[in-house]
Amino acid sequence: MTRGSILINLLKQVSFLLRITRTRGIARRYFVVNGFDGALTMLGLILGFLVSTPTELPVIISACLGAAIALGMSGISSAYISEVAERRRELAQLEAAMVTNLQESAHGEAARWVPMLIAIVNGSSPLLISLIILVPLWLSNNGIVLPLSPLHAAIIIALLLIFLLGAYLGRISGISWLLSGIKTLLVALVTAMLIYLFARA
Amino acid sequence: MISVKRVVLDVLKPHHPNALEFSHTIAEVGPDYRVHLTVLEVDENTETLQVVVEGDAIDFEAIQTAISNLGGSLHSIDEVEVQSRPDND
Repeated sequence: MTRGSILINLLKQVSFLLRITRTRGIARRYFVVNGFDGALTMLGLILGFLVSTPTELPVIISACLGAAIALGMSGISSAYISEVAERRRELAQLEAAMVTNLQESAHGEAARWVPMLIAIVNGSSPLLISLIILVPLWLSNNGIVLPLSPLHAAIIIALLLIFLLGAYLGRISGISWLLSGIKTLLVALVTAMLIYLFARA
Repeated sequence: MISVKRVVLDVLKPHHPNALEFSHTIAEVGPDYRVHLTVLEVDENTETLQVVVEGDAIDFEAIQTAISNLGGSLHSIDEVEVQSRPDND
């Protein structure tokens, strides 16, 4: 069996487990919600640094990276704990209806694996989005000259990602992706305005 | 040599995987299996099925394992068709 076919089988199995537990929608929701959390947190931190006294880039990167890792770990642990409880409850209900032990069936396997899959999605989403937002800061810190200041570039990336998350939500819910993207972007702009007002006060 | 040509099974299964996936997985057990699945009853969490499997030499144990792996429970064997053939060797 080649590496490619092993990967395809693994993806098929993951898709099957998500399908029988009807958790594909939950994973998608977690991805967007926590991704949005990650993007807004980074936006808030970077804006905070931007309006406060000038701080060195390594300090900003460390602070943002710390927040990103904390968001990732929080996402993994919270989703895992809640999903384990949820899957166990559903499996117990199904076992009661079937009057049989389902631990060795695909449903038992799903109850063990799906919480981990959802936890990974929930944790990796804010972490990955935060890391993408931090790219201009790293580039600038490593001597690469950017057309605009690294903090402003990071803010633009954060706003773009927030718009894309909204557009994705619009696409899956069948409404206008543009309208949905603009809505999430407005939330980000209101957040930015509040941070600016409070930080300046 | 005796081979099982056809079995009619009474099976209880959860709603997921659906009937199509369920019959697909049973058909994959043998190279020439033909599966006919009828949903007889639908409850809140379960479905009662009649599963007809036809093939040249049905491996009943393997079918039972496939049903269990999918979360199903075999309630009864309602019909069987078995054929005896003289051994060539």
